[in-house]
Order: sequence, then C-alpha cells, then structure tokens
Amino acid sequence: MVIKVKGTKPSRRNFLKAAAAAPVAAVAGSRAMAQEADPAIINKQPWMQYLGDGVDARPYGMPSQFEADVVRRDVPWLTADAVSSVNFTPLHELDGILTPNGLCFERHHAGIAEIDPAEHRLMINGLVDNPIVFTMEDLMRFPRENHVYFLECAANSGMEWAGSQLNGCQYTHGMIHNVMYTGVPLRLILEEAGVKTAGKWILPEGADASGMTRSIPMEKAMDDCLVAFKMNGEALRPEQGYPVRLVVPGWEGNMWVKWLRRIEVGDEPWHHREETSKYTDLLPDGTARRFTWEMDAKSVVTNPSPQAPLTHGPGPTVLTGVAWSGRGTVPRVDVTIDGGMTWHQARMSGPSLDKSMHRFYYEFDWDGSEMLIQSRAHDSTGYVQPTKNMLREVRGENSIYHNNGIQTWYVNEEGAAENVEIS
Amino acid sequence: MSKFLKILAPAAGGTASVLTLAYVLADQFVRDVPAPLRGVVSVSAANAQTSTQESGDVAEQAAETATADAEPEDAPVDAIEIASGEDAAGHTGGFGLGRTALPEEVVAWDIDIRPDGMGLPAGSGDVWTGEEVYVEKCAVCHGDFGEAVGRWPVLAGGWDTLEREDPVKTIGSYWPYLSTVYDYIYRAMPFGDAQSLEPDEIYAITAYILYLNNIVEDDFELSNENFLEVEMPNADGFFMDDREDTELAQFSGEVCMENCKDSVEITMRAAILDVTPGSDEDDTTESIAEASAEIEYADGDVTEEEMADGTEGAAEDAPEEVAADAEAAPEDSILAAVSTDPAVIDAGEGVYRACRACHAVGEGADNKVGPQLNGVVGNTIGAVDDFRYSNVFQEAHDAGDVWDVDTLSAFLANPRDAMPGTKMSYRGLQDEEDIAAIIAYLVDASVE
Repeated sequence: MVIKVKGTKPSRRNFLKAAAAAPVAAVAGSRAMAQEADPAIINKQPWMQYLGDGVDARPYGMPSQFEADVVRRDVPWLTADAVSSVNFTPLHELDGILTPNGLCFERHHAGIAEIDPAEHRLMINGLVDNPIVFTMEDLMRFPRENHVYFLECAANSGMEWAGSQLNGCQYTHGMIHNVMYTGVPLRLILEEAGVKTAGKWILPEGADASGMTRSIPMEKAMDDCLVAFKMNGEALRPEQGYPVRLVVPGWEGNMWVKWLRRIEVGDEPWHHREETSKYTDLLPDGTARRFTWEMDAKSVVTNPSPQAPLTHGPGPTVLTGVAWSGRGTVPRVDVTIDGGMTWHQARMSGPSLDKSMHRFYYEFDWDGSEMLIQSRAHDSTGYVQPTKNMLREVRGENSIYHNNGIQTWYVNEEGAAENVEIS
Repeated sequence: MSKFLKILAPAAGGTASVLTLAYVLADQFVRDVPAPLRGVVSVSAANAQTSTQESGDVAEQAAETATADAEPEDAPVDAIEIASGEDAAGHTGGFGLGRTALPEEVVAWDIDIRPDGMGLPAGSGDVWTGEEVYVEKCAVCHGDFGEAVGRWPVLAGGWDTLEREDPVKTIGSYWPYLSTVYDYIYRAMPFGDAQSLEPDEIYAITAYILYLNNIVEDDFELSNENFLEVEMPNADGFFMDDREDTELAQFSGEVCMENCKDSVEITMRAAILDVTPGSDEDDTTESIAEASAEIEYADGDVTEEEMADGTEGAAEDAPEEVAADAEAAPEDSILAAVSTDPAVIDAGEGVYRACRACHAVGEGADNKVGPQLNGVVGNTIGAVDDFRYSNVFQEAHDAGDVWDVDTLSAFLANPRDAMPGTKMSYRGLQDEEDIAAIIAYLVDASVE
C-alpha cells in the first residue's frame, strides 16, 4: 500500500515519549534475548522488602500513582469558561465496557451543583392528577432497576465536521461514558402523580444554576427512562448530578438532566434554549433539524491512537476500540488497517447490552509499515456507521451535533498515530 | 445477539466465564418492573431482583444462548433463578409515596415559559430601559450590542448567514421562539446570578435584544400582552428529525469487505492545524500555543492536589513559591542544631540505607518512590518539584511548615502519627540517636 502524506512529518510529543521508552522491537515468532540480567528482577524492590500501607491508609481507594496521567482533560479554547464547558473521558486508557466514575466526562452549563441530599426535592407538576414532592428517601422506596447505558454528548466529535482537528480519541470521541445505573423507572414516578390524558411531553429540570431543561415525549418517558441515584454501584458523583439524575437511554446526553429537581408534564414541547439555540442540527440549506434525540451507531479505535502510539515495534499487536448505538446493540464491528481496502470482522468481547458501549478487538502481526486504521459499527437494526463524507453529503459541515462518521488514524512506521481523513 | 455470543463463547474459554456472562446477560434482560403493571403485590425477601415470568423467559433464553456453544449440561441455574424471581414491583394504583405539592411550592419552581405564552408573568419593559439593564447585567459577556466578548454567545446579527460556511447563530438569525429568550433569562441569567432579575427587567432586556436584531423599533415596549405578536425571523427554519427517512436506509445494508478500493490517499491531517492541548507549539497558532502552554498535560507531572483543584497551571508557580518559602525559613538556625560530627554522619549513612530504595540524596538525586532529599533539612515541607505529595504534605507546604530538627525527628520516629495520611510506608526509627544521625547525614550529603 502506498500512503501519500502531505505536510510535515508527525513529530508528536506523545510519540517521542513513547519512543524513548520503547524496548527492543519484537519480531513475530522470535523471542528476544536479554544481554544482561534485568535490574527489575535482580535488585530487591522496596515493595518486596518493606511494609505497605495498612488497610486504613486509603479509606476511599484511588488509582496507583503511576496512573496519574489517566485523567479527564479539556480543550481550553473550546468554551468561554470552565463552569460552562466540557472535558473528555480518556478512552485510550480504558478497556472493557464500563467507565470508572472518576473518569466519566463532564459537561456543565453552570458548574457543579453541590447539593445536600437532605435538602433535595423532586417535584412532579403540570398535567397530573396530583402534583407531588418527593424527598430522596421517598425515591429510595420505589422498586429499582439496574441497567448499563452509554451517555454520549450530542456534540461528541463535533469539532471534526470540517476535517481532522484534534489528535487523540479522548478529544475526538471522549464525550461519552458507560456506567451501570441504579434507579427508579420514571414511569412509576409519573404514575404516582397520575399523568392526565392530555399529557404528551415532560420537561425535566435541573437544580443547578443553568436550570437545565429539555422536552421529552411521553412515550420515551414511560418506556425506559430512569430516575437514577447510583452509578457503578455508588452514589452519583457530584459532577454527574448527585443526588439524582435522569437517564434517557440511547438519546443525546444533554437530555439526561443532572441534579433533577422537577418534572413538568405538558401537552406540547417547551422549545427551550437547549432544544432550539443548541442541540439542533443546521443543514446546508439553512434549515435545521430539531429533536434529533437518538444517537446513531458509532465506533472508534482507542488503541492505537494519537495518545496511545504503538511502542513495541512490529509483531503481535492488539487493536481495540469501543462501539455503541442509541438504537440497540452492536453485534458487529469491522476494522481495517489499510484505509478501507480490506476489512476484517473484529472480535466482540464482554456483555452486549442494549444501548450500552461494546468492546471489540482485532489482533494481528504488524509488519511495521504505515497503517490507516478505521472501525465501522453495525448496530442491531442493520444500520452501518457511515463515513464522514457520507454524512457531509446529507448534512454539510455546520450541524455540530451527531457526528458519527468513521474515524481514521494514520500510524507511521515508528508507531506514532495521527488523526487524518482519507479518500 | 446470538452471533456475538458464538464469537465470544469459544474465546471465553472456561464454563465459569460463560456462566458469568450468562448471569450478566440474564440480569440485563430482566425487565425488572413490568409494563403494564400487574395487580400483584409481593415482597421479595431474598434480594431486590424482580421480574415477570415473561422477562424471566427472556433471561432464560439468553442464558441458553450463552451456553449453547459451551456445555449445555452446565446450565446457569443461578441466572435462571434470579431472572424468574418474585414479582415485587407489580403494583397498581401507586405506592402512596411523596406528598402533595402545595400550590405555592409549584409556583416557586414552575417558572418556565412556552412558545404559546404559558408561564409568562405579568409585566412590561421597553427598549431603552432594557439597554440600561442589559449594559449593567449582560454586556460584560455578551457585549454592548450583543456582539459577544471572547467565546460567550453572540446575541445579535448573523442574519442570512445560516447557509454560509460559517453561520452566526444568534437570537435574531436562528432562535425560532421569543419565549425561549424570556425563559432562559428568567431561569438561568445573568450567568452566576440566576433568577435575580424581576419580570419587568426581563421584558426590558428582551425588548432590547429584539431591537439589537432589528426586529422592533427603539420605541418598542414588550409585555405579556403583546408577547405573542412578535415573530422571530427564523421561526420556520426548523423541522422534526427526519433521519429515519433520509439516512437510515441509505446507511444500512451490505458492506464491502475486500478489494474495496484501489488506492488510498490522506486528504486531511490534524497536524496541519493542530489544536490539541499539550501538542507541539510549532504546529499551532500563537493563541492556541499559549493556551496549551498553560496546561502542559502531556508531561504527566500534574499533582494529585492540582488535579483535584483543576488548577494544573499552579505547577508552574511552584518553584517561585518554594524560593520565597525558603527565604522566609530560618534555615541557618535549624542547621546549626544539626550535628557535624563525622562519626554521627557516618552512623547516619548506615541508618540511611533503609531509606535509599525510595529516597535519593546527593549529586544527581532524582525523585524515586519518595522525593529526593537534597536540602530537606530546613526546607519547606513538601517542596520538591515534580513530586506528587500526599494531601497532608501539600497542606503542610501550603501552610509554610518547615522541616526543622523537631518536626523531622517526630516524622522519622513515627511517620504515620506525625503526618497522618502520608504515603511513606516506613514504620519509623526507635532510637533517638539514629534519628539525629540520619538528619546529620542528610545535611552532610545534600548538594545544592
């Protein structure tokens, strides 16, 4: 394969770091020999000799100090102020399908509301037989369910509409997380208030200073929405809506109102700021789609990627990534390492759950030549993740939201990766 | 689903793995709380797992599917039992939870506005009053004429730009409903002081924004009476999501797997305009380079505390702080209390062997598991650059505490008592002479 590269050669800091740490490249089938004994084996390590922390030293366990790089990161120029901004999940550092709570990306419109659960109330009002106020204790007395769902910001990959811009899947695809929620079916809570026949929409509202609101059709509210208070088994993190948030499976993250304090029932949508000025998809003819709730099937290769270059040289190589669809499961992902001339069906691994992230792997012997890596998700409805150009043909370049086009990473002979687009 | 499982099952290997998978799947397939509600109330004492028979069947199928390619005789009994547990949630007519909201409570919280005017409070405000309030409350972010400061939202202008390459989506050019303006200001503005404006002020600000967008004249007064008469220029610019008709069929179907193209060319590269935080500065525009430089993520030397605070930039300030702290510290008088007796120093070198694995001192000393110790005696606690201290050290550092003979002796005698929460896993020195010796050695061995 001949890859024509325009512009300067990649000289990424990530790559330089990685190259410095790279050991002797392994060639498939031939095991390397050491020249001298490994100090890691020969020398007594302090952890082999001296005692470690006792059980009470870390009452809430944190990652190893050697994982200090695994953090959410933001793109400072993207927004006016950190209190109304976003940071990104480090997808390239994660595996499996669940996102650790402390790494779930954040998107706030007026900062993190720090709420005392004893002072928190959930009100149901509007077109209901009986407007109700619930305390957190009341909510805990409803039957609960557990479900793993992805939450993806509608603007995930939104910076890439006009072309490759950010180097790293954390930045291009990191506005997503996937956790197990424990919560009460919204249906039970609405039924407790008694929805009037005319009630066709709900308006969940957050308790933060942005007063986040979105209109949600009653069918969805009665179907699979949850009023959740736990994520991955523990209380929601403050930045994820503690003490209680709405879960709207498969639909854009902005609708999953955090710090949920009120749900109004109405006969029409409210057309509030986040469903008119924002989260509407402008098309080339100047008109805009509204209420684009469902998240289209999407995937991305997380390793290798610009923040996670190949450092081991040619030989056995693990390619992995994640895929998801707001319309169901992802039973199949195809990957290519030659820019789409030849595709291979990836190996799915881990639970395949409805509206949840899926993990895929493709193991191969890298010959050390340049690669153009892509992944292509097929969801359970038969929808196949389109290329970016297929999306642009329909939507142009100004719709900001719902960019689920196929991502390409160029990997050079040294293993450094770069965000590119290809013909 | 079954295809996925067939792929997975062989890879998973042991029956135990398959059982785990079946368990997870069965659990997920349980539609815990049935719809429609059934007229059965029961309490499940064993666990919180609830389901209908119907969902139990689904789980059973899932479990069967999961083991189909493995060992059918090892049916995941646990999964089936859990999935078909008692129906704890089949409750009709509500649970009687919560309490009725008082009318004044609903009024206090239900202040949202709809395009049909529902929720609009009585009141009015004119353009000129609006300008005064706007300049005082809004212009700091949105600019005097709605042109915006920095990256804050532009409120005015942008007409006829929606079809262009760089559309300017403002209230005048894009927003379909005036109610959205009122609602948003009413509930969420001014930024950082939400719900502080009176209805008349919001009518006035809204009137001024309409004026800025050439939608009304300067003598206009907006009120709840004439609110619905205002038509927004882009009111007809929106339509319901039509992806189902325009995209889904086109993006579904067979895909090419082999010989899909003859050649491939890179058409766009992120390195051309690299705006990735922490990326090489020579690739970036000046302003973006500055923003990146403030962050310096990629170096990996951000401390735990700085991450918690979200103030990565503080790392750059640290050296200056340390210098200032060191100046303020009465270092000489501290060092005067330390023995310079060569015998003591020699003894200290012996004792120090227990520390060497984690701490370096002397020429070229780098941080290891613990910080390098050059100049530690007499210095501010927690002052070594690029070392991730535990919170207790960071607090001591921030408080300006200094390692003198007393504090260091107490720490070496019992690290966890002296600095609760320290990450140093060392039980402490029993002998006071050893402590004095090690301090003497640290002073002697230190280099600038």
